[in-house]
Amino acid sequence: MVKDNFTDSHTEMASDSTMVNKVWELLNTIPDPDIPVISIVELGIVRKVEIVSQKVIVTITPSYSGCPAMNIFTDDIRHVLAANGFENIEIKTVLSPAWTTDWIKEDAREKMRQHGIAPPENDPDGEFIFAKQKHVTCPRCGHADSRLVSQFGSTPCKALWYCNNCNQPFEYFKCH
Amino acid sequence: MNTKDALINYCLRLADNSMIAGQRLAEWNSCGPYLEEDIALSNMALDFFGQAETMYEYASQLINNQKTADDLAFRRSEREYFNCLLAEQPNGDFAFTMMKQFLFSTYLKYMYETLSSSNDETLKGFAERSLKEVKYHFRHSCEWIIRFGNGTDESQKRAQFALDELWRFTDDLFCMNATDEELISTGITVSSDSIAAKWNLTVKEIMQAAHLTIPEKFNVITGGYSGIHSEHLGHLLCEMQYLQRAYPDAKW
Repeated sequence: MVKDNFTDSHTEMASDSTMVNKVWELLNTIPDPDIPVISIVELGIVRKVEIVSQKVIVTITPSYSGCPAMNIFTDDIRHVLAANGFENIEIKTVLSPAWTTDWIKEDAREKMRQHGIAPPENDPDGEFIFAKQKHVTCPRCGHADSRLVSQFGSTPCKALWYCNNCNQPFEYFKCH
Repeated sequence: MNTKDALINYCLRLADNSMIAGQRLAEWNSCGPYLEEDIALSNMALDFFGQAETMYEYASQLINNQKTADDLAFRRSEREYFNCLLAEQPNGDFAFTMMKQFLFSTYLKYMYETLSSSNDETLKGFAERSLKEVKYHFRHSCEWIIRFGNGTDESQKRAQFALDELWRFTDDLFCMNATDEELISTGITVSSDSIAAKWNLTVKEIMQAAHLTIPEKFNVITGGYSGIHSEHLGHLLCEMQYLQRAYPDAKW
């Protein structure tokens, strides 16, 4: 895949940017283990891809401190890149700025909704104790008449909600 | 104390605080009052273990990997642990656990807020992320405290008992020693006075809303950050460290 004319710096740069694009494409095929309809790129945890002296450096920012999926992310990145001929890989972790649900791409939010998970709505819902409880739109019937069951759900990123209209429980991806 | 040693101590303090609080919450696993609350307690324990891991890893780097993160968590004795006394107190009943969780998460919220502007990049990133998590812990425990205080005579009595019992461990949260002096002088942390002021205001506000009475201070005990602990920590470590002590280097 890598051209052998490294003496020409222009060709090398072009080849590097092609490789970077290829790596982004491959990373975009890796699903989030908890929400398999969206990729780790759409989730926003991949911050940077660069090629330095033929080494692929992928920089990620972890989502939740204790999220068991984080180890799966890094294993999957190594596995997928290695299977596609990228042997020399480094995965860097950067903590600051902290990951936020604002980095989740718009079309990924729609995929989440289709999957039955209400996507994060911009609201600092961890902040105020006495603030009026907001309503989250039910991903199934689209009504906003819902209530919070628990701030903590099946994974660190989700809360449990209940739709008063279709009388079904649903999960909400917390604003973070 | 030089800056590096102070930083190592401080990382261990942050890690130990989370680790011990997480271990206590994990004791509730499958014993919660109902399913959703059981899941909530386990979720918070998981946040704490994740935070502890980040700081043990950082401490391990700072000592040039002479000890791994696991060594630091599972092969130190109680006098080498720098967590606050509040975190190690036994769970008691659910009201007691929630009061402990409220006093502690209020502290963590303001402490992480402050640490988010540290000039140490790793501490800054760690604090930014952890803050997002403890805000949920804070809100969760506030809601329970207000519900207990305004609930039945029994729930009110239990919440008041918890506050009375735990109050003497709260000065310990803001104690400063040689570690703090060194890190304050280098801009890595700031004095805990400002954190204490915010903490006092919030605790007062929530206790008023819950109609609970903040007791007079008596029998105040401090020393956690210097490795002086109550008898409970040793028992907790016996259980938590058993596997790594009995089967050193065992792996999943």
